[in-house]
Amino acid sequence: MERPVARVVVDVMLKPEILDPQGQAVHGALTRLGFTGVGSVRQGKRFEIELDGDLDDAARARIEELAGTLLANTVIEDYRVRVED
Amino acid sequence: MARIGVVTFPGSLDDRDAARAITVAGGEPVPLWHKDRSLAGVDAVVLPGGFSYGDYLRCGAIARFAPVMELVIDEARAGLPVLGICNGFQILCETHLLPGALTRNDSLHFVCRDQRLRIDSTSTPWTSDYEPGQEIVVPLKNGEGGYVADERTLDGLEAEGRVVARYLEVNPNGSRRDIAGISNAAGNVVGLMPHPEHAVEPLTGPSTDGLAFFTSILSRLVRA
Repeated sequence: MERPVARVVVDVMLKPEILDPQGQAVHGALTRLGFTGVGSVRQGKRFEIELDGDLDDAARARIEELAGTLLANTVIEDYRVRVED
Repeated sequence: MARIGVVTFPGSLDDRDAARAITVAGGEPVPLWHKDRSLAGVDAVVLPGGFSYGDYLRCGAIARFAPVMELVIDEARAGLPVLGICNGFQILCETHLLPGALTRNDSLHFVCRDQRLRIDSTSTPWTSDYEPGQEIVVPLKNGEGGYVADERTLDGLEAEGRVVARYLEVNPNGSRRDIAGISNAAGNVVGLMPHPEHAVEPLTGPSTDGLAFFTSILSRLVRA
């Protein structure tokens, strides 16, 4: 039986106070397409990380570190690490 | 003769112009490669413009972890003069040698224009040949040049005289407080979005106003 692959998802979003002109452009396009009732759009990044080994505490800590140093620039971005079933 | 390193990353564009500017100013440019594990004893380093590592992830985010950058970061903390231009400025922010970050232009357009600036700090080794408040015109070309930092950081930069250059007439990218360039607290590390290295000869630049960045560092190094 194939071993299930541990998949970790890291979501990275610009902090709320940072202007997101890309999200604003998407919002503008939605309005032009007739999607009314959309208050705002913000655009972010999603990373899907598949591990070769088990997702133990050490691996989880390592991913947290990786997310905070490389995947997100914490000066302007927030990130969230979660395990996907 | 003072030797100034110019780092080439995969995707750097302006390394040759930076080297030429150093030559025109009377220095000796030393090519450095992103994989180098020695700075070849240079007296200062320029991180040039371009799209290091394709600008993937975020501008400068991957270059910041290049082997040569470990040395640049250590030496910069010890006082080595470092000038980051455009992508080089983005790299310096990613290293946290400089505060804040560069984000997508508020217009969402890549902007390429001859930009008027005011030199607000002449106390850095890269700007000492300018007059305080001197206005210059140099090319600017970026898609992600909007300087952002939190209000406390911006207030601190202003209070400590660390805003090195400011945009005049037009704010081309939505930078907070019209900031075009800043320095670290010690002043040896300067990041600048516009391109002084493209304005050192009348044949190819809108002016020769950019040359003083390179003569400044050379006169500093000769004195040292």
